[in-house]
Amino acid sequence: MEHRDDIGAKLGMWVFIFTEILLFGGLFLVYAVMRSRYSVDFHHAAHHLNAFIGAINTVVLLVSSATVAMSITAVQKGNTKLAVNLLILTLLCAAVFMVNKYFEWGHKIHIGLYPGSDLMITLNHGEVMFFSLYFFMTGLHMLHLVIGAIILAIVLVKVKSGTINANRYVLMENGGLYWHLVDLIWIFLFPLLYLIT
Amino acid sequence: MTRDEKNRKSKIVNRNSHNMHTETVHITPYRTLAWVLITLLTLTFITITVTWIDLSAITVLVAMLIASVKAYIVLTYFMHLKFESSLFRALVIMVLAIYALVIIGTFVDYLLR
Repeated sequence: MEHRDDIGAKLGMWVFIFTEILLFGGLFLVYAVMRSRYSVDFHHAAHHLNAFIGAINTVVLLVSSATVAMSITAVQKGNTKLAVNLLILTLLCAAVFMVNKYFEWGHKIHIGLYPGSDLMITLNHGEVMFFSLYFFMTGLHMLHLVIGAIILAIVLVKVKSGTINANRYVLMENGGLYWHLVDLIWIFLFPLLYLIT
Repeated sequence: MTRDEKNRKSKIVNRNSHNMHTETVHITPYRTLAWVLITLLTLTFITITVTWIDLSAITVLVAMLIASVKAYIVLTYFMHLKFESSLFRALVIMVLAIYALVIIGTFVDYLLR
């Protein structure tokens, strides 16, 4: 008889998520302190961000979180086909997010706004802080999104092959938890970077 | 309605796992997840509107308050904390408390310099 401990597996995932929360938490703390010291510079710099793209990406991530959660429900109910389709939809959302980010970053780099650029060193200290935090935090978030998409792609293959099924789906739940974490971080990144100008 | 259909419709499904002991599994209905998504999208819309009309001093506060509500909803329903053992909730609260202490400590340090 095989041994498995689904609660233990989920507990391990949560402990990992806690380290991620503290990792991003540290960055949010730097943001908070710098914002209180250079509020005028932050105000100016945030105007350069495209709130529209940010809003679209927020909607895309929220939808993708819902489709992952629904996909788990589908697996639990034994509806493999629906589960696979919902996962494909999630990965499409991830792709849309990445394309948006590509254009967003691409535009900034095009106008010479990137860490270490000639334009950057002419800016005020607070503005440099804002853009450095912007690139680092959205970049780190993007890295998580890519890893999350890879995990969900593996989950998709396993759902298709039947390795993940109505009796055994803890890997999918943990993959889902990771994806929701990506969503959770964006929930705070979006208003702090794009909206509060 | 057949017995099988009833089982599928009920929120709590008892199933016999292959190692013969019965465990209770909570399956979140599609409808609940759809409502959660609609709520989150509405809150996003409210955040954008609120920052647009600019409530000056309290804008940040309102935006962070709404973000916290959204985070709570994601943790509770999408991340399934509502239906996990209370150990998970206790750990999450503990981690958030530790983080809150770090924030308070840092700001006390900065403001008293």
